[in-house]
Amino acid sequence: MVLRQLRRGVVLALLFLVVCGLAYPLAETALAQGLFGYQANGSIGAGGSVLIGQTFTGPGFFHTRPDSNQPMATGGSNLGPRSAALVAQVKSQIAYWHSQGVSPTNDLVTTSGSGVDPDISPAAAYAQVPMVAKARGLSVRSLENLVASQVHGRQLGFLGSPYVNVLELNRALARLSAPGLASGAA
Amino acid sequence: MQAAITIAVLVIILAVAWRFLGDYLAAVYGGRVRWLAPVERLALRALGVDPTAEQDWKTYAVSLLAFSLVAIFFTYAIQRLQGFLPLNPQHLPGVTPALAFNTAVSFVTNTNWQNYAGETTMSYFTQMAALAVQMFASAAVGMAVAIALVRGLAARKRETIGNFWVDVVRGTLYVLLPIAAVAAVVFVAQGAVQTLAGPAHITDALNGVRQTIPRGPVASQEAIKQLGTNGGGFFNANGAHPFENPTPVTNFLSVVLILIIPVALTRTFGKMVGSMRQGVAILAVMTVIFAGTLAFTAVSESRGNAAVRHAGITAQASGNLVGKETRFGTFDSALYDVTSTQTSTGSVDSAADSYTPLGGLGMLSGMMLGEVSPGGVGSGLYTILLFAVLAVFIGGLMVGRTPEYLGKKIQAKEVQLATIGILVMPITVLVLTAIAVETSAGRAGPLNAGPHGFSEILYAFTSQGNNNGSAFAGLSGNTDLYNIAGGIAMLLGRFGVILPTLALAGSLAGKTPVPEGEGTFRTDSPIFGVLLTGVLLIVGGLTFFPALALGPIAEQLAAGRIWP
Repeated sequence: MVLRQLRRGVVLALLFLVVCGLAYPLAETALAQGLFGYQANGSIGAGGSVLIGQTFTGPGFFHTRPDSNQPMATGGSNLGPRSAALVAQVKSQIAYWHSQGVSPTNDLVTTSGSGVDPDISPAAAYAQVPMVAKARGLSVRSLENLVASQVHGRQLGFLGSPYVNVLELNRALARLSAPGLASGAA
Repeated sequence: MQAAITIAVLVIILAVAWRFLGDYLAAVYGGRVRWLAPVERLALRALGVDPTAEQDWKTYAVSLLAFSLVAIFFTYAIQRLQGFLPLNPQHLPGVTPALAFNTAVSFVTNTNWQNYAGETTMSYFTQMAALAVQMFASAAVGMAVAIALVRGLAARKRETIGNFWVDVVRGTLYVLLPIAAVAAVVFVAQGAVQTLAGPAHITDALNGVRQTIPRGPVASQEAIKQLGTNGGGFFNANGAHPFENPTPVTNFLSVVLILIIPVALTRTFGKMVGSMRQGVAILAVMTVIFAGTLAFTAVSESRGNAAVRHAGITAQASGNLVGKETRFGTFDSALYDVTSTQTSTGSVDSAADSYTPLGGLGMLSGMMLGEVSPGGVGSGLYTILLFAVLAVFIGGLMVGRTPEYLGKKIQAKEVQLATIGILVMPITVLVLTAIAVETSAGRAGPLNAGPHGFSEILYAFTSQGNNNGSAFAGLSGNTDLYNIAGGIAMLLGRFGVILPTLALAGSLAGKTPVPEGEGTFRTDSPIFGVLLTGVLLIVGGLTFFPALALGPIAEQLAAGRIWP
């Protein structure tokens, strides 16, 4: 009895391998590439993927959260809610933002779950406006309008949190500051 | 407000799924769904199985064990040999033996505990043909066991409880594959990747950033990862990764996919035993526990992070954002992680390790109650039915009558089997946690100090012993101790429950139902729901309370204290 069932086990494992392990993902790949080629390949434009966070430095750009932004090593810090290391990290982030004249929001001083969070909250973007305005010689008003134009609301009106995609925001910023560079940068 | 709408929409969708998928599942396992009959016939012919020939519980169990053994071997072998196999654009070498063993056991037992980072360890072929395959197979096996137990409850003096091979083929063909195929397309449309091309290399002219971005056949795996309550991420960041879970819509879809089969199975149960109220009673208990845990965790997370407050950010209106993604925010993250730990899924869209102490407790408690609210595909139903047998027994003790469940007399043998099925998990979890805490190799694992470090170890064995797979991921689990002890926990947590369940199914099938009498304790009444909830909370609570007191409870009570 055991041997007969073992033989069936091998046959079923092979069937699963062919149908669920090869036919299913390969058919989905063909379908995805045909219908949604841009998304299926990683939503990648000239300067990177809008879904994968990039580190922007200096006062002339809007910054992402302090993630490492290393796509080959994703994940959170895993520091617990009473971790001294977490306290030290957040303190140094707060000090950095204060040195830039920015009063940081919660998300600007904490790392994400993926380690490549491409987004910040609208409040975090507005908080950085004075810093960017000063560095670029632009008016605060024009940058606030820029941020407002980049806010993604809750999906379907009720899902998730409103956010701003930092790569999209900085692309728009580059177009605003130097119209001649827009085509090259975007 | 946003949370209330989200929950309302979720309830409506699940109600529809309960109504239609519940009936559909009953029809599938009754052999009345035929739209893929030619494929089904082909598969059963290859297996040499007569679809009308049923098995007694022992043959059913032997078939299940034989298939699982072969599956472990296949999954292990593909990982070891991936260096010689196709679809390996990163030229990744074979996986090391201890890790390959742990991973093979993990995916075959529906656990999906991962002591590795997918993007730098597993080839596309391994992800597709070894890991995702078991996401289908382990889910189909879980459903088969639940259906076999329900058949045992519904039968009138029979020897047999169905045919394992037929059940697995039908569950995969008619339920898992079609739903996953549709869901995968939605994932891609929202931004999940689905390609066989290797990593993308990008340079951004704007900021000079250069990145190597890993890709792969992700969306197809994502769909079955959720639908089969598996949870294994393609990437290390799992459901937090924008390529796996790109938008709040995919986040919500994941929650729906995780819950539809376990919820619908309660209707299937009601239909098969001929009383819908019995299924509703079980569903009500599941709902109460789920809602309580969600409220507890979401409120706790909304209150912010103690370390961030200590560092100087006192106003945290957006809640605890450490380890959470901006696009999801606190509530949607808590909903996903709670759903994942109230079932056997274990995928996370936010880092569990960085949850508040009570938020982490919420996730732990879902697993410690045995994952019954609504639990994994199949495993949730059969586990809560074990508790139901125990509850009618305790009810019988109170009034001094021989207990019955669905007209079947519950006697010493049934109570023994249910008790074994219920106690295997806590014994496994607590003994292995104690061993890890007592050895220096075990104590080297945690990242965090103080009670949180203990919680990381406790969480690891609770997760593996319940075939969940989520982690307080600060723990360094890729060591011989954790790989092997974890493998044992996953095997006991799966087959240590399935075997007594099938034996119980066989024993119940052989009984003749007794007609309901004046003194029969009704198991479709609110009072039974309260009793069953009480049994679940008391068994889980009393068993695990001392361990919880050393971990999250101690951490919560040490207000203001910071550990190095």
